[in-house]
Amino acid sequence: MNVASVGRRPPSRRGREARRNLTAYGFLVAALICFGLFSWYPMVREVLLSLQENNFVDAPTWVGLDNFETVVEDPAFAQAWINTAAFTGLALLIGYVIPFCAAVILNELRHAKAYLRFVVYLPVMLPPAVSVLLFKWFYDPGPGLFNQILGFFHLPGLAWLDSTDTALISLVIVSTWMNLGSGTLIYLAALQTIPSELYEAAELDGAGMFKRIRHVTIPQTKLILLVMLLLQVIATMQVFIEPFMLTGGGPENATVTVAYLMYQYAFNFGNFGGGSAMGLMLMIVLIVFSAVYLRVSRENT
Amino acid sequence: MSSSRRALGLLIVTGLGLSVAACGSTAEQPAPAASAPGGSAKAAAPVTISVGCQPPKTNPLQRKDWDDDVAAFQKLHPHITIDSKDGFPCHDVKTYDAKLAGGQMEDVFYGYFGDVQTAIKAGQAADITAYADTITTLKDIDPSVMAAYTVDGKIYGVPRGNYKVGLVYNRKLFTQAGLDPNTPPKTWAEIREVAKKISALGPGYIGYGEYSAGNTGGWHFTQSIYGRGGAVVDETGKKAAFNTPEGKAVLQNLKDMRWTDNSMGTKQLYQWDDLMRLMGAGKMGMILGAPDVITELHDNRKAKYEDFGLAAFPEAKATLGGGDGYMFNPKATPEQIKAGLLWLDYYVLTPGRGQFDYARQKATGRAVGLPDNNVWGDSPTGQKLLELRKANSTLPTENFAAYVEGSADIPLKLEPPMNQQIFQILDTPMSAVLTRQDADIDQLLAEAEAKVNDVLSKAS
Repeated sequence: MNVASVGRRPPSRRGREARRNLTAYGFLVAALICFGLFSWYPMVREVLLSLQENNFVDAPTWVGLDNFETVVEDPAFAQAWINTAAFTGLALLIGYVIPFCAAVILNELRHAKAYLRFVVYLPVMLPPAVSVLLFKWFYDPGPGLFNQILGFFHLPGLAWLDSTDTALISLVIVSTWMNLGSGTLIYLAALQTIPSELYEAAELDGAGMFKRIRHVTIPQTKLILLVMLLLQVIATMQVFIEPFMLTGGGPENATVTVAYLMYQYAFNFGNFGGGSAMGLMLMIVLIVFSAVYLRVSRENT
Repeated sequence: MSSSRRALGLLIVTGLGLSVAACGSTAEQPAPAASAPGGSAKAAAPVTISVGCQPPKTNPLQRKDWDDDVAAFQKLHPHITIDSKDGFPCHDVKTYDAKLAGGQMEDVFYGYFGDVQTAIKAGQAADITAYADTITTLKDIDPSVMAAYTVDGKIYGVPRGNYKVGLVYNRKLFTQAGLDPNTPPKTWAEIREVAKKISALGPGYIGYGEYSAGNTGGWHFTQSIYGRGGAVVDETGKKAAFNTPEGKAVLQNLKDMRWTDNSMGTKQLYQWDDLMRLMGAGKMGMILGAPDVITELHDNRKAKYEDFGLAAFPEAKATLGGGDGYMFNPKATPEQIKAGLLWLDYYVLTPGRGQFDYARQKATGRAVGLPDNNVWGDSPTGQKLLELRKANSTLPTENFAAYVEGSADIPLKLEPPMNQQIFQILDTPMSAVLTRQDADIDQLLAEAEAKVNDVLSKAS
């Protein structure tokens, strides 16, 4: 690769460095502009909006913490946080474990691996609107698929989305199904980096499948498991599509989440200040959670 | 690493930066320069207006009407340039309020009745009182319709269409169930009987459908209580007024139909799209709705016009007014407002022209005859519109006769203030009676009343 120097004075070291830095800065500037425009600016704007009464036409008025007061006093506010926490908790129990198990099983399989990987990833490729329609039918308390399956085993049918008791967990199931593919693929990639000698050694030591998973697989993928946990909590705390499209917050507010209420304020009630206040609260909760989580997990590793 | 490769890197980076910058500037939407009217001596200063709700390309006939009329109008008024903005749907619930709140509306923008008062109070619509007489049929517009656009005697917009809520029913299912599709139910007792018979047709058949989620439950609670002569808020607009015998009757009726008659299907928590989908699929018997429901079923759900009938709201003492129209961006100049009103007068508010050019609609093979619009009521202009519609009718208008005759005397009532907040609260009693057999109506209404009072007290 000496083409550049042919018939030319080799550039001075400083010049070369400057040019290289220029390229680096060029790349950096593009990234900074993107982040600034689409990430940081909206965040700053949200903080400002949450302190304003703003219809985006007249000059905004500063209202201090009035917007926060409005949303905190909303009768659905407490319920929204409880629902969101419950959704996140249930999604951890169900949605965190299942993709990992799926990945472990897929990794063990000898045949039809590519096909199964495709099948597992398929729900991710379906547009949410399609998945939602599908589940509306699955969940029909009358002739829906799930109740027909239950009926086949002579089990009583459930009301699924149409009951305050089961609506939230039904949403968790949809959410898990829709996101299963991405998680599984990431775990699969992680599993493939585990050296097979470790399994062989474990096997020689007489470890069964569960012991191998416990003592080899999990420790070896700990880092990715920890990161995925954090990402999942951040994602599920912002759950919106599922209640928005499947239940409209019902029945009796049983599926109103923080993000759903935020949407209601901003886009249905025309109260952008209130919506921003909700969003800011959610952001602060997530930042605090992430900071604590990172500190704790770093201490443990 | 060769320097040419490095240069390429730089090029990509700069390109990226430029395209980002370009994105930023297009969002500004500079007003397109109006082409000067060639040689016209008396031409007023050129003015360009952006107008919302141009029919989408997926609706080529209506779009052609619009585009043809824009061309004809611009010939008539050479100084005006109309910059049509199409949107599908014109009112997308997901973006409408954000666009409105973001001040991104067209100079002449579209909106539902339900949006109007909110927009006016939030300062998002311009006062057009001084120019309103540009609309030649203004004095004939139904006062109860015009009231939607009026606050303290000032006018903020004009209607494009209005209709009263009635009962939409599937004529085919009536026949299948051994009922006469030409005598739709007139009372709630009759609706219950019909719903039972349609549900009895087999699994999957639903006699009567109702919303209960995503604020639509509260919206239809409002329709139902208006029909029974009740109200959602009192006349001062500061107190809830639905914890009454009328409110209880609405919920009790739904509860009975859902649990005693089992005529409302098993799945609930329906939102707007669900009922449209189910009605379009042809297994749902009846829903509360206005004539635009039939248009929606035909245009977007592949259903046939002749399969649906329309009746007046049962036992109605009043009915919720639905409709749409145009308002003006507060940033619009007086010249733009005048130009916009001239256009609306041309296309929207003259019988026999623009949207009411029934002859053209018939000639191009479109359905004419749905009682979907009469902003002029019984006035001379209104009568003229009815005559024109009848003369060019292509649909079995007798299927809608019950609605036209029955609705004429029912007074129109607008949505309550803080409508969406109140609707959200009223979703709870609606979803409760439809999903819980042991729902306590008195308690549900009392709780909702307290919440609505709280919302109203904070709003004022």
